[in-house]
This record gives sequence, C-alpha cells and structure tokens, in this order.
Amino acid sequence: MRVNWRLTVGLVAILALLATACGSDSATEDAPAPEAGGEAAGSEGGSSGGGDLSGAIEVDGSSTVGPLTDAIAEEYVTVQPNVQVNVAISGTGGGFERFCGDGSTDISNASRPIKDEEAQLCADNGIEFTEIRVGTDALTMVTNPDTEGVACLTTVEVTKIFGPESVRNWSEVNPQFPDEQIQVFAPDTDSGTYDFMVEDALGLEASTQDYNASADDNIIAQGVQGTPYSWGFFGFAYFTNNQDGLQAIEYDGGEGCVGPSVETAQDDSYKLTRPLFIYLKNSAVQDKPQVADFAQYYLATVNDVIESVGYIPAPDDTIAESQSTLDSLISGTGGGTSEAAS
Amino acid sequence: MAVSTPERISRDAVQALQAPPGRNRSERAFKMVLLVTTGIAVVMLVVLLLDILVDGVAFVTGQRLLQYSSRFPDQFGFRSGITGTLSLMVLVALLSFPIGVGAATYFEEFAPQNWFTRLAEANISNLAGVPSVVYGLLGAGVFVYFFSLGRSLIVGAITLSLLILPVIIVASRESLRAVPRTLREAGLGLGATPLQVTWRQVLPQALPGILTGTILALSRAIGETAPILVVGALFSRRADNVPWDINDAFSALPIQIYNLVSRPQQEFQAQVAPAGIIILLVLLLLMNSIAIILRNRSSRSN
Repeated sequence: MRVNWRLTVGLVAILALLATACGSDSATEDAPAPEAGGEAAGSEGGSSGGGDLSGAIEVDGSSTVGPLTDAIAEEYVTVQPNVQVNVAISGTGGGFERFCGDGSTDISNASRPIKDEEAQLCADNGIEFTEIRVGTDALTMVTNPDTEGVACLTTVEVTKIFGPESVRNWSEVNPQFPDEQIQVFAPDTDSGTYDFMVEDALGLEASTQDYNASADDNIIAQGVQGTPYSWGFFGFAYFTNNQDGLQAIEYDGGEGCVGPSVETAQDDSYKLTRPLFIYLKNSAVQDKPQVADFAQYYLATVNDVIESVGYIPAPDDTIAESQSTLDSLISGTGGGTSEAAS
Repeated sequence: MAVSTPERISRDAVQALQAPPGRNRSERAFKMVLLVTTGIAVVMLVVLLLDILVDGVAFVTGQRLLQYSSRFPDQFGFRSGITGTLSLMVLVALLSFPIGVGAATYFEEFAPQNWFTRLAEANISNLAGVPSVVYGLLGAGVFVYFFSLGRSLIVGAITLSLLILPVIIVASRESLRAVPRTLREAGLGLGATPLQVTWRQVLPQALPGILTGTILALSRAIGETAPILVVGALFSRRADNVPWDINDAFSALPIQIYNLVSRPQQEFQAQVAPAGIIILLVLLLLMNSIAIILRNRSSRSN
C-alpha cells in the first residue's frame, strides 16, 4: 500500500513537472515572431512601444470576429510580449451577455450592432461602451451550381423565402423562376449572421422556422452543395473557401443586381454587407493602459491583417472615424456610451 | 445419506452433461454473435483512429506543440490548449480521486443503512446520467458567480471533477464490494480496527478496480467541450507565463478543435483540427498508460 501512495505522489509530480516544462518555455520564447506576419504593421500604431505594458485583456464574443481579434493579438505580442490577450468565443449574443451582464470582459467581439435590450442591460449595470467598426463581411446567398434560372433575388423575394410566409417553390417566389422545390439551409437563431439577415437586412421580427438550421456554416455549405435548387446564406469567407460546389446569388437591394465581392462590398454597391465591430468598455480603456494600447494597435493593423482571416477591410475613412472616436475616449473627452455611425 | 452415494452423483452428472438436441448449434451461434459484436466495436475504433491518423499525422509538427494560435494554418499551434488541458488533467485527478474514493469507501464500509444513505446513493447514481452541459451551468452559476472565483482554471477543474465524481464513486463502490467479506471478517477477528481493515486490507485489494474506473472517468472529462465552454474556457491566450495558475483564465484542446472545425478555411478543418485531435488523443493515451502502470504495480504488490 505504501508503494501505491508513493507512486501516486510520483504520478502527480510527473504531471506537474510536465506542466511546468511546457510553461517555462514561455520565458525563453516570449515573442514567437510569426514570419509570415511580416506585412503587418509593427510600430505605426499608437503603441507606446518598448514592450513595457503587462496585464490581461479579456475578450469574448462573435465566432466571426474572434479569429480576427486573435490575429491582431498574434501580431500584438511582437510589440507587447507581456500583455496576455485572452480570446474566448461564445457568440455575439453570449459575448454581450458577459460584457453588459457581469462586466467581466474588456472587449466584446460582435458581428452585428448591439441590440437595444443588450444596450439597456449595459446601462442598467452602469457599463459605458464604445462601438468600433473594424471590418466588413459580405453576407453571401448561395445555391447549388445545378440550379438554373435563379441568378438574383430582391429583398421582397428573400423575405418570401426566409420570412414567416415561408414560400417553398421558386416559381411562387417569382413566376420567372423554375417550378422547383426550395430547400433552405441557414444559420441557427443563436448566430449573429442569422440576426443580421432577419433583423437588419430584411427588417423582420422573426424568420420562418421551416429550414435546416446549423451552428456550423460549413454544414450549411455542404447542405447547399448537395441539394439542387437549395438556398442558403453565410459569411463571404465560407463562399470563397467552398466555391467549387456553390453558386453565389446576386442581391437587389433596390438599385439593381450586384454580386458579392471584395470590390462591391467596399464601394457599398453590394447591399447585403454587415459591419464587424469590437465594443470597448470605456472604463477598461481609461483604467487599463494595455486595453487602450491594444485598441490603438487593432485599428492601426486591422486592414493589413483582415484579408488573411477572410473578411473585407472597412473603408479607410471609417477606420479614421473609429480612430478619432477611440482617441477622444482615451483622452477622456468621449464620455458616455457612443455608437459610432457605420 | 443414500441420496448422495457416488453412483447417484455420477448418474446425475452424466445426465446434466448430455446435450439436449440443438445445443451445440445454439452454443456456436452465441459465440458468433459475441464475435460479431466485438468485431463491430474494434473495427469502428480502428476505422476512427486510422481516419484521424491518415488525415492529421502529417500535420503534427513540433511547432504545433510550441506555438500559440495563428491565422495562418501552417503556423497554428496548440500551446495554450495543451498547457490548459494538462493543468486540467492534474487538477481534476487531484480533486476527484480522493473525494470519489472517500465517498465510495464511506458508503461501502461505514455508512449506516438508513433513509439518508439510500437517498444519497440513489442521487449519486442518477447524477451519473446528467448531461455534461448542466454541470457547466452549475459551475458557472455556483463557482464563477456565487463564489466569485471567476472564469478560472480551478472552476474548470471543479466543474469537470463534479461531472465525473458520480462515475468514480459508482465504479469504486463496485470494486470495494468485490473484495470478499471474509477478508474483512478475518481482519476484524484478529483485532484490527475497522479503519485498519479498510486502509490496509480492503482498499489495496480494490485499488486496481478503482483506478480503472478513475481512468475511464478522467478520459471522459478531458474530452468534454460543453461544460468548460460554459464556465469560460478561452479559444486562445498568449504570454501565459504561468499557465497552471489556478486563478487565471484557461484554454483547452477540445475548445480549440471545436472552433477550428467551424472555420471557413479548408486548411483549418482538414489539417489543423485533425492535428489537434491527435495531440489530444496522445495526451489521453499518455495519461491512461501512466494510470495503467500504476494499476499493474498495485495489483502486483498485493
């Protein structure tokens, strides 16, 4: 028996050593300079330089924006190796629940603007925030390549398919479309992508419930790829990475049919774009130097990094506008909750 | 007396040995059924493992172990997930093993048979079937908020420990029960106290079985995503100078794998995620083999 307990202690010691060994690398390898990140801006940001900052930055929110913030953090460690950027991914809504609920996050990633009830929760808990636009995503409607005769949809037609009316035959959506059944694949109701399509693009309260919902956009892509005359939508990156079996549908927001692309999203002719945001907690920006510095660095770097994550850069003047909002927040003149025009 | 003459016994034995018609056939059929079920289990496992190995083994590199996350698939490393998962393993083992075995020993060796004991026993058995996300919500509500422990490593470890405690308790009780009653009676008869009998005779006898149950339970805990996602496991962290700090935020491999699979880029789904799965499997196998070595030692030393 004594041998057993000694062994147990030994096992624990081995595991502890293992954990120690893994951790102690960080002392020698504080700045794992990513070679391919060479194009990213190093010093042009508002960084106070010198790598003298420390502390943690808590980030949570959208699974769309999360990888972008993580990419910025990947570059940020090269200038501030002692700042610990903690990125959690629990969805835009889940992120706001923490951000406005217990205030345990400094930055909330969001793939849609904050909802009124979420902003109200922030106000109730005395949490002031600032909305910063960091990029653009083109919501892309897709169908199977075998689908014929459906090249463009208007807002009204999309509403017929995805609204409560729930039309499931293309010819009833538009008499010029073929007489074929529509199979709908779309994000589930927890997703920011869904929220943006239903509430912001279509202006509806709720969508149809008769569709194949998934939390994973890759599943939606697979569904559409396998089903002729299907219809679905997701972020632009899921289209560009799955182009083989997909056909993008153009969107007519009132000014003619335009297909999704980096150019049409940037010049604002494609109307189904959604802004990507980070929400900063004002008190964190003012009290924690590392949060202010990271936010500065974010805006200075984001347009160099964003395309490698799969999204579309926000126009330069939008970034400049975000920059001045942030500057006035840091200097303390931008008190109160502000939602930058986007 | 006349009933148990040798003659009579042998006649009975011969009668019992005489196969009823079709007996051999059903015997063989039963063996075939057993063989097929074993085959299904083994083949499924081999196919799963081969599939993952073929997909991912080429993408497991030293970098994957040492680097933090990256937006470039070929530079993505699981370092924060690996340190988080290792720390979780150690903490969960330290928390759940003594508590689980202690509770099982109490129920099996000391608890009086009354309504309270029966109620507690029934509850523990039921808890083994509660979905894991419920434990996550419990962990978030009780430890993160009520005890204000934050979204920290220790909360993740406590939550996972609670998740597997019922399994450890049930398995430990079974193996304690398998220790012959005569052993206890002999010990007590020689004047040993109940504590001495339990500590020196019963527990060592039961230890191999207890360890088997604990290994299975720990393996389950380490692969769980839902409960630690709810208590706030991170996707990534950097500059984590003290990754095993129990008050600090933590990441874990299943969380990273879960997120990578839903990325738009094919490389993340088809190369990086399988590499992460292989790393997680290797960590599990390492942990299991350490525990199995421990178990074999303990059964030999008896």
